[in-house]
Amino acid sequence: MATAVSTLPAQQLAALNDAYRKAVARKRLKATLAVAVFCAALLIAALGAEVNLRTLFTYFGNFVSYFDRILTLDSGARVWTNPVEWFWGWKKWLKLLGETLLISYVGTLIGAVFAFALNFFAAQNTSPAPWLRFVVRRLLEFARTVPGIVFALIFVIAFGLGPMAGVLAIAIHSTGALGKLFAEIVENADMKPVEGIRSTGASWLSCMRFAVLPQVSAGYASYALLRFEINVREASVMGFVGAGGIGQELVVAIRKFYYSDVSAILVMVIVTVFIIDISTGWLRARLFGKETRR
Amino acid sequence: MSQLPKPNTGELREKYPDVFDRPASARLAMPAMIAAALAVFVFGLVDLDFSPTKLITGISQLGWITMMMIPPNPGSSFPLYMQALGETLSIALLGTTLAAVMALPVSLLAARNIIPSNLIRFPVRRFLDSIRGIDTLIWALVWINVVGLGPFAGVLAIAVSDFGAFGKLFSEAIEAADRKQVEGIRASGGNALHEIRFGLLPQVLPVIAGQVLYFIESNTRSATIIGIVGAGGIGLQLAEQIRVLEWQHVSFLILMILIAVAVIDFISGKLRFAIIGQRAVA
Repeated sequence: MATAVSTLPAQQLAALNDAYRKAVARKRLKATLAVAVFCAALLIAALGAEVNLRTLFTYFGNFVSYFDRILTLDSGARVWTNPVEWFWGWKKWLKLLGETLLISYVGTLIGAVFAFALNFFAAQNTSPAPWLRFVVRRLLEFARTVPGIVFALIFVIAFGLGPMAGVLAIAIHSTGALGKLFAEIVENADMKPVEGIRSTGASWLSCMRFAVLPQVSAGYASYALLRFEINVREASVMGFVGAGGIGQELVVAIRKFYYSDVSAILVMVIVTVFIIDISTGWLRARLFGKETRR
Repeated sequence: MSQLPKPNTGELREKYPDVFDRPASARLAMPAMIAAALAVFVFGLVDLDFSPTKLITGISQLGWITMMMIPPNPGSSFPLYMQALGETLSIALLGTTLAAVMALPVSLLAARNIIPSNLIRFPVRRFLDSIRGIDTLIWALVWINVVGLGPFAGVLAIAVSDFGAFGKLFSEAIEAADRKQVEGIRASGGNALHEIRFGLLPQVLPVIAGQVLYFIESNTRSATIIGIVGAGGIGLQLAEQIRVLEWQHVSFLILMILIAVAVIDFISGKLRFAIIGQRAVA
Protein backbone atom coordinates (compact mmCIF):
# COMPACT_ATOMS: atom_id res chain seq x y z
CA MET A 1 0.00 0.00 0.00
CA ALA A 2 1.57 3.21 -1.09
CA THR A 3 0.67 6.35 0.78
CA ALA A 4 1.93 9.85 0.12
CA VAL A 5 3.06 11.87 3.15
CA SER A 6 2.62 15.54 2.50
CA THR A 7 5.69 17.65 3.29
CA LEU A 8 5.81 21.30 4.21
CA PRO A 9 7.19 23.88 1.80
CA ALA A 10 10.97 24.10 1.85
CA GLN A 11 11.15 27.50 3.48
CA GLN A 12 8.95 26.56 6.42
CA LEU A 13 10.76 23.27 6.79
CA ALA A 14 14.15 24.98 6.91
CA ALA A 15 13.07 27.23 9.76
CA LEU A 16 11.70 24.29 11.77
CA ASN A 17 14.79 22.17 11.11
CA ASP A 18 16.98 25.02 12.21
CA ALA A 19 15.18 25.41 15.53
CA TYR A 20 15.29 21.68 16.06
CA ARG A 21 19.01 21.50 15.36
CA LYS A 22 19.74 24.31 17.77
CA ALA A 23 17.77 22.58 20.50
CA VAL A 24 19.54 19.32 19.96
CA ALA A 25 23.04 20.75 19.51
CA ARG A 26 23.27 21.97 23.13
CA LYS A 27 22.18 18.64 24.49
CA ARG A 28 24.59 16.82 22.18
CA LEU A 29 27.48 19.02 23.26
CA LYS A 30 26.77 18.28 26.92
CA ALA A 31 26.51 14.56 26.30
CA THR A 32 29.70 14.53 24.22
CA LEU A 33 31.55 16.39 26.96
CA ALA A 34 30.34 13.94 29.61
CA VAL A 35 31.36 10.99 27.45
CA ALA A 36 34.77 12.55 26.79
CA VAL A 37 35.41 13.09 30.49
CA PHE A 38 34.29 9.55 31.24
CA CYS A 39 36.53 8.11 28.51
CA ALA A 40 39.48 10.09 29.83
CA ALA A 41 38.82 8.71 33.33
CA LEU A 42 38.64 5.20 31.88
CA LEU A 43 41.92 5.70 30.05
CA ILE A 44 43.68 6.86 33.21
CA ALA A 45 42.11 3.97 35.10
CA ALA A 46 43.25 1.53 32.45
CA LEU A 47 46.83 2.76 32.81
CA GLY A 48 46.55 2.55 36.60
CA ALA A 49 45.14 -0.95 36.59
CA GLU A 50 47.81 -2.22 34.21
CA VAL A 51 45.24 -3.33 31.71
CA ASN A 52 46.90 -5.30 29.01
CA LEU A 53 44.60 -6.20 26.20
CA ARG A 54 47.19 -8.43 24.61
CA THR A 55 47.29 -10.52 27.79
CA LEU A 56 43.53 -10.72 27.75
CA PHE A 57 43.39 -11.81 24.12
CA THR A 58 46.21 -14.30 24.55
CA TYR A 59 44.75 -15.80 27.68
CA PHE A 60 41.03 -15.43 27.09
CA GLY A 61 41.10 -18.93 25.68
CA ASN A 62 42.38 -19.98 29.09
CA PHE A 63 39.31 -18.52 30.74
CA VAL A 64 36.99 -20.51 28.54
CA SER A 65 39.08 -23.63 28.77
CA TYR A 66 39.22 -23.16 32.56
CA PHE A 67 35.51 -23.89 32.67
CA ASP A 68 36.08 -26.74 30.29
CA ARG A 69 38.69 -28.13 32.66
CA ILE A 70 36.71 -27.71 35.87
CA LEU A 71 33.89 -29.65 34.23
CA THR A 72 36.17 -32.55 33.36
CA LEU A 73 37.08 -35.39 35.68
CA ASP A 74 40.62 -36.73 36.02
CA SER A 75 39.60 -39.64 33.82
CA GLY A 76 38.78 -37.22 30.99
CA ALA A 77 35.02 -37.75 31.12
CA ARG A 78 32.52 -34.92 31.66
CA VAL A 79 31.64 -34.45 35.33
CA TRP A 80 27.93 -35.13 34.99
CA THR A 81 28.55 -38.58 33.53
CA ASN A 82 29.88 -39.72 36.89
CA PRO A 83 28.34 -37.75 39.76
CA VAL A 84 29.70 -40.16 42.37
CA GLU A 85 33.26 -39.33 41.42
CA TRP A 86 32.47 -35.62 40.89
CA PHE A 87 31.11 -35.25 44.41
CA TRP A 88 33.57 -37.72 45.92
CA GLY A 89 34.10 -35.52 48.98
CA TRP A 90 30.45 -34.64 49.55
CA LYS A 91 30.49 -35.72 53.21
CA LYS A 92 33.36 -33.40 54.06
CA TRP A 93 31.97 -30.58 51.91
CA LEU A 94 28.48 -30.86 53.36
CA LYS A 95 29.96 -30.67 56.86
CA LEU A 96 31.91 -27.54 55.86
CA LEU A 97 28.82 -26.05 54.25
CA GLY A 98 26.97 -26.70 57.51
CA GLU A 99 29.80 -24.92 59.30
CA THR A 100 29.46 -22.00 56.86
CA LEU A 101 25.74 -21.76 57.60
CA LEU A 102 26.39 -21.92 61.34
CA ILE A 103 29.03 -19.18 61.07
CA SER A 104 26.59 -16.90 59.31
CA TYR A 105 23.75 -17.82 61.67
CA VAL A 106 25.72 -17.24 64.87
CA GLY A 107 27.36 -14.14 63.40
CA THR A 108 24.04 -12.67 62.31
CA LEU A 109 22.45 -13.39 65.69
CA ILE A 110 25.29 -11.79 67.66
CA GLY A 111 25.29 -8.85 65.26
CA ALA A 112 21.52 -8.48 65.56
CA VAL A 113 21.70 -8.52 69.37
CA PHE A 114 24.39 -5.81 69.41
CA ALA A 115 22.55 -3.78 66.79
CA PHE A 116 19.40 -4.16 68.87
CA ALA A 117 21.20 -2.93 71.96
CA LEU A 118 22.71 0.05 70.12
CA ASN A 119 20.01 1.19 67.72
CA PHE A 120 17.85 3.00 70.29
CA PHE A 121 20.85 5.19 71.06
CA ALA A 122 21.45 5.86 67.35
CA ALA A 123 17.87 6.78 66.43
CA GLN A 124 17.11 10.46 66.53
CA ASN A 125 13.76 10.20 68.31
CA THR A 126 14.76 7.83 71.11
CA SER A 127 18.39 8.66 71.84
CA PRO A 128 18.80 9.92 75.42
CA ALA A 129 21.65 12.33 74.59
CA PRO A 130 22.99 13.90 71.36
CA TRP A 131 26.62 13.11 72.11
CA LEU A 132 25.75 9.46 72.72
CA ARG A 133 23.92 9.35 69.41
CA PHE A 134 26.92 10.84 67.60
CA VAL A 135 29.34 8.31 69.12
CA VAL A 136 27.11 5.29 68.43
CA ARG A 137 26.47 6.43 64.85
CA ARG A 138 30.19 6.81 64.10
CA LEU A 139 30.85 3.41 65.67
CA LEU A 140 28.21 1.73 63.50
CA GLU A 141 29.53 3.53 60.42
CA PHE A 142 33.01 2.24 61.08
CA ALA A 143 31.78 -1.33 61.59
CA ARG A 144 29.81 -1.10 58.35
CA THR A 145 32.42 0.45 56.08
CA VAL A 146 35.40 -1.75 56.89
CA PRO A 147 34.83 -4.91 54.84
CA GLY A 148 34.07 -8.06 56.84
CA ILE A 149 37.04 -9.90 55.43
CA VAL A 150 39.43 -7.23 56.71
CA PHE A 151 38.05 -7.78 60.22
CA ALA A 152 38.48 -11.51 59.61
CA LEU A 153 42.15 -11.02 58.67
CA ILE A 154 42.80 -9.16 61.91
CA PHE A 155 40.73 -11.52 64.05
CA VAL A 156 42.54 -14.55 62.66
CA ILE A 157 45.69 -13.10 64.18
CA ALA A 158 44.04 -12.21 67.49
CA PHE A 159 41.83 -15.28 68.00
CA GLY A 160 43.76 -17.82 65.97
CA LEU A 161 42.76 -19.64 62.79
CA GLY A 162 39.28 -21.10 62.77
CA PRO A 163 35.60 -20.33 62.51
CA MET A 164 35.57 -18.12 65.61
CA ALA A 165 37.36 -15.31 63.75
CA GLY A 166 34.85 -15.61 60.92
CA VAL A 167 31.89 -15.47 63.29
CA LEU A 168 33.19 -12.36 65.04
CA ALA A 169 34.03 -10.63 61.74
CA ILE A 170 30.53 -11.27 60.44
CA ALA A 171 29.05 -10.22 63.78
CA ILE A 172 30.84 -6.85 63.71
CA HIS A 173 29.96 -6.14 60.11
CA SER A 174 26.32 -7.12 60.72
CA THR A 175 26.19 -4.92 63.81
CA GLY A 176 27.10 -1.92 61.68
CA ALA A 177 24.72 -2.71 58.83
CA LEU A 178 21.78 -3.79 60.99
CA GLY A 179 22.29 -1.01 63.54
CA LYS A 180 21.75 1.59 60.84
CA LEU A 181 18.68 -0.14 59.40
CA PHE A 182 17.18 -0.78 62.86
CA ALA A 183 17.68 2.87 63.82
CA GLU A 184 15.88 3.91 60.64
CA ILE A 185 12.91 1.72 61.57
CA VAL A 186 12.81 3.27 65.04
CA GLU A 187 12.92 6.74 63.52
CA ASN A 188 9.84 5.88 61.50
CA ALA A 189 7.95 4.54 64.52
CA ASP A 190 4.94 6.36 65.96
CA MET A 191 5.93 8.40 69.04
CA LYS A 192 2.45 8.65 70.58
CA PRO A 193 2.69 5.34 72.47
CA VAL A 194 5.98 6.57 73.96
CA GLU A 195 4.26 9.70 75.26
CA GLY A 196 1.51 7.53 76.70
CA ILE A 197 3.91 5.31 78.57
CA ARG A 198 6.03 8.26 79.74
CA SER A 199 2.94 9.99 81.13
CA THR A 200 2.49 7.05 83.51
CA GLY A 201 5.93 7.86 84.93
CA ALA A 202 7.82 5.05 83.25
CA SER A 203 11.58 5.06 82.80
CA TRP A 204 13.35 5.34 79.41
CA LEU A 205 13.87 1.59 79.38
CA SER A 206 10.17 0.82 79.88
CA CYS A 207 9.28 3.33 77.19
CA MET A 208 11.48 1.47 74.73
CA ARG A 209 10.22 -1.92 75.82
CA PHE A 210 6.47 -1.24 75.83
CA ALA A 211 6.04 1.60 73.34
CA VAL A 212 8.69 1.26 70.64
CA LEU A 213 9.55 -2.42 70.57
CA PRO A 214 6.07 -3.73 69.68
CA GLN A 215 6.04 -1.42 66.66
CA VAL A 216 9.43 -2.31 65.31
CA SER A 217 10.05 -5.99 66.11
CA ALA A 218 8.64 -7.29 62.80
CA GLY A 219 10.87 -4.95 60.81
CA TYR A 220 13.86 -6.06 62.85
CA ALA A 221 13.14 -9.72 62.12
CA SER A 222 12.77 -9.02 58.43
CA TYR A 223 16.08 -7.14 58.14
CA ALA A 224 17.89 -9.73 60.26
CA LEU A 225 16.73 -12.48 57.91
CA LEU A 226 17.85 -10.47 54.89
CA ARG A 227 21.24 -9.99 56.54
CA PHE A 228 21.49 -13.72 57.20
CA GLU A 229 21.05 -14.29 53.48
CA ILE A 230 23.88 -11.85 52.69
CA ASN A 231 26.08 -13.32 55.41
CA VAL A 232 25.82 -16.83 53.96
CA ARG A 233 27.57 -15.53 50.83
CA GLU A 234 30.10 -13.68 52.94
CA ALA A 235 30.78 -16.71 55.14
CA SER A 236 31.46 -18.82 52.07
CA VAL A 237 34.60 -16.75 51.38
CA MET A 238 35.73 -16.31 55.00
CA GLY A 239 37.77 -19.49 54.58
CA PHE A 240 40.02 -17.66 52.09
CA VAL A 241 41.78 -15.96 54.98
CA GLY A 242 41.53 -18.98 57.28
CA ALA A 243 38.38 -18.01 59.13
CA GLY A 244 36.49 -21.27 58.70
CA GLY A 245 33.80 -22.65 56.43
CA ILE A 246 33.80 -24.01 52.89
CA GLY A 247 36.05 -21.24 51.56
CA GLN A 248 39.14 -22.96 52.89
CA GLU A 249 38.46 -26.05 50.82
CA LEU A 250 37.57 -23.97 47.76
CA VAL A 251 40.71 -21.85 47.85
CA VAL A 252 42.86 -24.98 48.17
CA ALA A 253 41.06 -26.58 45.23
CA ILE A 254 41.51 -23.47 43.05
CA ARG A 255 45.14 -22.87 43.96
CA LYS A 256 46.15 -26.51 43.58
CA PHE A 257 44.22 -26.98 40.33
CA TYR A 258 41.90 -29.76 41.58
CA TYR A 259 39.64 -28.87 38.68
CA SER A 260 36.59 -31.07 39.18
CA ASP A 261 36.58 -30.30 42.92
CA VAL A 262 36.29 -26.58 42.13
CA SER A 263 33.15 -27.09 40.10
CA ALA A 264 31.68 -29.53 42.65
CA ILE A 265 32.17 -27.09 45.55
CA LEU A 266 30.92 -24.16 43.48
CA VAL A 267 27.78 -26.08 42.54
CA MET A 268 27.16 -26.91 46.20
CA VAL A 269 27.70 -23.28 47.27
CA ILE A 270 25.40 -21.94 44.55
CA VAL A 271 22.67 -24.45 45.40
CA THR A 272 22.95 -23.64 49.13
CA VAL A 273 22.78 -19.89 48.51
CA PHE A 274 19.79 -20.48 46.24
CA ILE A 275 17.97 -22.57 48.87
CA ILE A 276 18.69 -20.03 51.62
CA ASP A 277 17.47 -17.18 49.39
CA ILE A 278 14.20 -18.94 48.66
CA SER A 279 13.53 -20.08 52.23
CA THR A 280 14.30 -16.74 53.87
CA GLY A 281 12.17 -15.05 51.23
CA TRP A 282 9.31 -17.39 52.13
CA LEU A 283 9.84 -16.88 55.85
CA ARG A 284 9.90 -13.10 55.47
CA ALA A 285 6.71 -13.14 53.44
CA ARG A 286 5.08 -15.20 56.21
CA LEU A 287 6.31 -12.99 59.04
CA PHE A 288 5.25 -9.82 57.29
CA GLY A 289 2.00 -11.33 56.08
CA LYS A 290 1.05 -12.20 59.67
CA GLU A 291 1.86 -8.70 60.86
CA THR A 292 -0.27 -6.93 58.30
CA ARG A 293 -3.21 -9.26 58.87
CA ARG A 294 -3.37 -8.43 62.57
CA MET B 1 -11.63 7.97 96.79
CA SER B 2 -13.87 5.98 94.57
CA GLN B 3 -13.06 2.39 93.96
CA LEU B 4 -13.30 0.58 90.68
CA PRO B 5 -15.71 -2.33 90.72
CA LYS B 6 -14.00 -5.65 91.17
CA PRO B 7 -13.58 -7.25 87.73
CA ASN B 8 -15.64 -10.32 87.21
CA THR B 9 -13.14 -12.66 85.65
CA GLY B 10 -15.63 -15.25 84.62
CA GLU B 11 -17.74 -12.76 82.72
CA LEU B 12 -14.72 -11.18 81.04
CA ARG B 13 -13.47 -14.60 80.07
CA GLU B 14 -16.73 -15.35 78.38
CA LYS B 15 -16.82 -11.97 76.64
CA TYR B 16 -13.32 -12.07 75.18
CA PRO B 17 -12.53 -15.71 74.53
CA ASP B 18 -9.73 -14.96 72.07
CA VAL B 19 -7.80 -13.00 74.69
CA PHE B 20 -8.12 -15.50 77.55
CA ASP B 21 -8.25 -18.81 75.73
CA ARG B 22 -5.83 -18.51 72.88
CA PRO B 23 -5.12 -21.85 71.32
CA ALA B 24 -1.97 -23.51 72.60
CA SER B 25 -0.39 -23.29 69.14
CA ALA B 26 -0.63 -19.49 69.14
CA ARG B 27 0.55 -19.14 72.75
CA LEU B 28 3.51 -21.46 72.31
CA ALA B 29 4.60 -20.42 68.81
CA MET B 30 6.76 -17.48 69.89
CA PRO B 31 8.54 -19.15 72.85
CA ALA B 32 9.07 -22.27 70.75
CA MET B 33 10.64 -20.23 67.96
CA ILE B 34 12.89 -18.40 70.39
CA ALA B 35 13.89 -21.67 72.07
CA ALA B 36 14.70 -23.23 68.70
CA ALA B 37 16.73 -20.19 67.65
CA LEU B 38 18.64 -20.29 70.92
CA ALA B 39 19.22 -24.03 70.66
CA VAL B 40 20.76 -23.63 67.19
CA PHE B 41 22.83 -20.72 68.51
CA VAL B 42 24.22 -22.75 71.41
CA PHE B 43 24.87 -25.71 69.13
CA GLY B 44 26.70 -23.31 66.80
CA LEU B 45 28.85 -21.94 69.61
CA VAL B 46 29.85 -25.47 70.64
CA ASP B 47 30.38 -26.71 67.10
CA LEU B 48 32.49 -23.69 66.11
CA ASP B 49 34.84 -24.15 69.08
CA PHE B 50 33.84 -21.10 71.05
CA SER B 51 35.39 -21.11 74.49
CA PRO B 52 35.55 -18.37 77.12
CA THR B 53 39.32 -18.73 77.49
CA LYS B 54 39.82 -18.33 73.75
CA LEU B 55 37.51 -15.34 73.72
CA ILE B 56 39.30 -13.64 76.62
CA THR B 57 42.81 -14.19 75.25
CA GLY B 58 41.59 -13.09 71.85
CA ILE B 59 40.06 -9.90 73.17
CA SER B 60 43.17 -9.04 75.15
CA GLN B 61 45.21 -9.68 72.00
CA LEU B 62 42.84 -7.44 70.10
CA GLY B 63 43.22 -4.72 72.69
CA TRP B 64 46.97 -4.99 72.38
CA ILE B 65 46.73 -4.80 68.58
CA THR B 66 44.53 -1.71 68.83
CA MET B 67 47.09 -0.08 71.10
CA MET B 68 49.78 -0.85 68.53
CA MET B 69 47.68 0.74 65.79
CA ILE B 70 47.77 4.19 67.38
CA PRO B 71 48.84 6.51 65.91
CA PRO B 72 48.26 5.56 62.26
CA ASN B 73 51.54 6.00 60.45
CA PRO B 74 52.42 4.95 56.92
CA GLY B 75 56.17 5.31 57.42
CA SER B 76 57.93 5.82 54.12
CA SER B 77 55.40 3.82 52.13
CA PHE B 78 52.88 6.62 51.72
CA PRO B 79 53.42 7.10 47.94
CA LEU B 80 53.13 3.36 47.46
CA TYR B 81 49.81 3.30 49.33
CA MET B 82 48.45 6.25 47.36
CA GLN B 83 49.33 4.42 44.18
CA ALA B 84 47.57 1.31 45.49
CA LEU B 85 44.50 3.37 46.32
CA GLY B 86 44.51 4.78 42.77
CA GLU B 87 44.77 1.23 41.49
CA THR B 88 41.74 0.25 43.59
CA LEU B 89 39.67 3.12 42.24
CA SER B 90 40.77 2.23 38.70
CA ILE B 91 39.73 -1.37 39.25
CA ALA B 92 36.30 -0.32 40.46
CA LEU B 93 35.73 2.12 37.58
CA LEU B 94 36.96 -0.13 34.79
CA GLY B 95 35.35 -3.29 36.16
CA THR B 96 31.96 -1.67 36.53
CA THR B 97 32.08 -0.05 33.09
CA LEU B 98 33.13 -3.28 31.44
CA ALA B 99 30.32 -5.12 33.24
CA ALA B 100 27.75 -2.54 32.16
CA VAL B 101 28.87 -2.66 28.53
CA MET B 102 28.70 -6.45 28.47
CA ALA B 103 25.43 -6.67 30.37
CA LEU B 104 23.41 -4.28 28.19
CA PRO B 105 22.95 -6.59 25.16
CA VAL B 106 22.45 -9.64 27.37
CA SER B 107 19.84 -7.87 29.48
CA LEU B 108 17.81 -7.29 26.31
CA LEU B 109 17.68 -11.06 25.91
CA ALA B 110 16.46 -11.45 29.52
CA ALA B 111 13.68 -8.85 29.29
CA ARG B 112 10.15 -10.11 28.81
CA ASN B 113 8.97 -7.28 26.56
CA ILE B 114 11.80 -7.83 24.06
CA ILE B 115 12.08 -11.59 24.01
CA PRO B 116 8.62 -12.99 24.64
CA SER B 117 9.82 -16.58 24.22
CA ASN B 118 10.55 -18.41 27.47
CA LEU B 119 12.92 -20.67 25.60
CA ILE B 120 15.65 -18.00 25.39
CA ARG B 121 14.77 -15.89 28.41
CA PHE B 122 14.78 -18.69 30.96
CA PRO B 123 18.31 -20.02 30.33
CA VAL B 124 19.68 -16.47 30.09
CA ARG B 125 18.16 -15.62 33.48
CA ARG B 126 19.45 -18.79 35.15
CA PHE B 127 22.88 -18.10 33.65
CA LEU B 128 22.90 -14.62 35.16
CA ASP B 129 21.66 -16.03 38.50
CA SER B 130 24.49 -18.51 38.74
CA ILE B 131 27.09 -15.86 37.90
CA ARG B 132 25.66 -13.75 40.70
CA GLY B 133 25.74 -16.69 43.12
CA ILE B 134 29.55 -16.78 42.98
CA ASP B 135 31.34 -14.20 45.11
CA THR B 136 33.69 -11.60 43.59
CA LEU B 137 36.59 -13.07 45.56
CA ILE B 138 36.08 -16.44 43.91
CA TRP B 139 36.02 -14.83 40.47
CA ALA B 140 39.23 -13.03 41.39
CA LEU B 141 40.89 -16.35 42.20
CA VAL B 142 39.73 -17.81 38.89
CA TRP B 143 41.00 -14.81 36.89
CA ILE B 144 44.33 -14.90 38.69
CA ASN B 145 44.70 -18.40 37.31
CA VAL B 146 44.01 -17.06 33.82
CA VAL B 147 45.80 -13.68 33.51
CA GLY B 148 48.18 -13.88 36.44
CA LEU B 149 48.49 -11.87 39.66
CA GLY B 150 47.79 -8.13 39.50
CA PRO B 151 45.08 -5.51 39.19
CA PHE B 152 43.98 -6.70 35.75
CA ALA B 153 42.63 -9.88 37.32
CA GLY B 154 40.70 -7.68 39.74
CA VAL B 155 39.14 -5.67 36.91
CA LEU B 156 37.98 -8.85 35.20
CA ALA B 157 36.68 -10.33 38.48
CA ILE B 158 34.54 -7.28 39.19
CA ALA B 159 33.44 -7.13 35.56
CA VAL B 160 32.24 -10.74 35.59
CA SER B 161 30.49 -10.72 38.95
CA ASP B 162 28.75 -7.41 38.23
CA PHE B 163 27.80 -8.65 34.80
CA GLY B 164 25.39 -11.00 36.56
CA ALA B 165 23.94 -8.30 38.76
CA PHE B 166 23.66 -5.73 35.96
CA GLY B 167 22.02 -8.23 33.61
CA LYS B 168 19.25 -8.71 36.12
CA LEU B 169 18.84 -5.04 37.08
CA PHE B 170 18.94 -3.79 33.48
CA SER B 171 16.40 -6.34 32.31
CA GLU B 172 14.09 -5.25 35.11
CA ALA B 173 14.52 -1.62 34.07
CA ILE B 174 13.72 -2.56 30.48
CA GLU B 175 10.64 -4.49 31.52
CA ALA B 176 9.40 -1.47 33.44
CA ALA B 177 9.75 0.77 30.36
CA ASP B 178 6.71 2.20 28.65
CA ARG B 179 5.44 0.21 25.67
CA LYS B 180 3.83 3.13 23.83
CA GLN B 181 7.01 4.78 22.58
CA VAL B 182 8.18 1.52 21.07
CA GLU B 183 4.84 1.15 19.33
CA GLY B 184 5.16 4.68 18.01
CA ILE B 185 8.49 3.84 16.39
CA ARG B 186 7.03 0.71 14.88
CA ALA B 187 4.04 2.62 13.53
CA SER B 188 6.36 5.02 11.72
CA GLY B 189 8.09 2.08 10.06
CA GLY B 190 11.12 1.46 12.28
CA ASN B 191 12.63 -2.01 12.48
CA ALA B 192 13.39 -3.93 15.68
CA LEU B 193 16.76 -2.23 16.21
CA HIS B 194 15.19 1.21 15.71
CA GLU B 195 12.59 0.33 18.32
CA ILE B 196 15.30 -0.48 20.84
CA ARG B 197 17.49 2.49 19.97
CA PHE B 198 14.84 5.22 19.81
CA GLY B 199 11.92 3.76 21.74
CA LEU B 200 13.54 1.94 24.62
CA LEU B 201 17.04 3.26 25.27
CA PRO B 202 16.04 6.88 26.00
CA GLN B 203 13.73 5.55 28.72
CA VAL B 204 16.10 3.11 30.38
CA LEU B 205 19.42 4.92 29.97
CA PRO B 206 19.02 7.27 32.98
CA VAL B 207 17.94 4.37 35.18
CA ILE B 208 20.91 2.34 34.01
CA ALA B 209 23.31 5.27 34.52
CA GLY B 210 22.10 5.61 38.10
CA GLN B 211 22.62 1.94 38.78
CA VAL B 212 26.08 1.96 37.24
CA LEU B 213 27.09 4.89 39.44
CA TYR B 214 25.76 3.12 42.51
CA PHE B 215 27.76 0.04 41.60
CA ILE B 216 30.96 2.04 41.08
CA GLU B 217 30.41 3.23 44.63
CA SER B 218 29.84 -0.22 46.10
CA ASN B 219 32.62 -1.70 43.99
CA THR B 220 35.13 0.65 45.60
CA ARG B 221 34.52 -1.47 48.69
CA SER B 222 34.71 -4.76 46.76
CA ALA B 223 37.89 -3.62 45.03
CA THR B 224 39.55 -3.02 48.40
CA ILE B 225 39.08 -6.65 49.37
CA ILE B 226 39.89 -8.52 46.17
CA GLY B 227 43.50 -7.49 46.71
CA ILE B 228 43.54 -9.89 49.65
CA VAL B 229 43.67 -12.85 47.27
CA GLY B 230 46.31 -11.13 45.11
CA ALA B 231 44.27 -9.15 42.57
CA GLY B 232 45.96 -5.80 43.12
CA GLY B 233 44.96 -2.57 44.76
CA ILE B 234 45.03 -1.44 48.35
CA GLY B 235 43.74 -4.77 49.67
CA LEU B 236 47.01 -6.39 48.67
CA GLN B 237 48.97 -3.86 50.74
CA LEU B 238 46.53 -4.25 53.63
CA ALA B 239 46.76 -8.04 53.69
CA GLU B 240 50.56 -7.87 53.50
CA GLN B 241 50.85 -5.34 56.33
CA ILE B 242 48.52 -7.44 58.49
CA ARG B 243 50.59 -10.55 57.82
CA VAL B 244 53.82 -8.83 58.81
CA LEU B 245 52.08 -7.27 61.86
CA GLU B 246 52.85 -3.65 60.92
CA TRP B 247 49.82 -2.38 62.82
CA GLN B 248 50.46 1.34 62.34
CA HIS B 249 50.50 0.82 58.58
CA VAL B 250 47.33 -1.27 58.86
CA SER B 251 45.40 1.41 60.69
CA PHE B 252 46.61 4.02 58.21
CA LEU B 253 45.46 1.88 55.29
CA ILE B 254 42.05 1.33 56.90
CA LEU B 255 41.76 5.06 57.40
CA MET B 256 42.61 5.64 53.75
CA ILE B 257 39.91 3.18 52.68
CA LEU B 258 37.33 4.85 54.91
CA ILE B 259 38.12 8.29 53.52
CA ALA B 260 38.18 7.10 49.90
CA VAL B 261 34.82 5.36 50.31
CA ALA B 262 33.30 8.44 51.89
CA VAL B 263 34.58 10.68 49.07
CA ILE B 264 33.31 8.35 46.34
CA ASP B 265 29.94 8.08 48.11
CA PHE B 266 29.67 11.85 48.13
CA ILE B 267 30.63 12.32 44.47
CA SER B 268 28.45 9.56 43.13
CA GLY B 269 25.54 10.73 45.26
CA LYS B 270 25.81 14.16 43.62
CA LEU B 271 26.17 12.71 40.13
CA ARG B 272 23.29 10.32 40.62
CA PHE B 273 21.08 13.15 41.69
CA ALA B 274 22.16 15.17 38.65
CA ILE B 275 21.29 12.30 36.29
CA ILE B 276 18.15 10.85 37.83
CA GLY B 277 16.91 13.71 39.94
CA GLN B 278 16.05 15.89 36.95
CA ARG B 279 14.40 13.09 35.04
CA ALA B 280 12.39 11.97 38.03
CA VAL B 281 11.05 15.48 38.48
CA ALA B 282 10.34 16.08 34.78
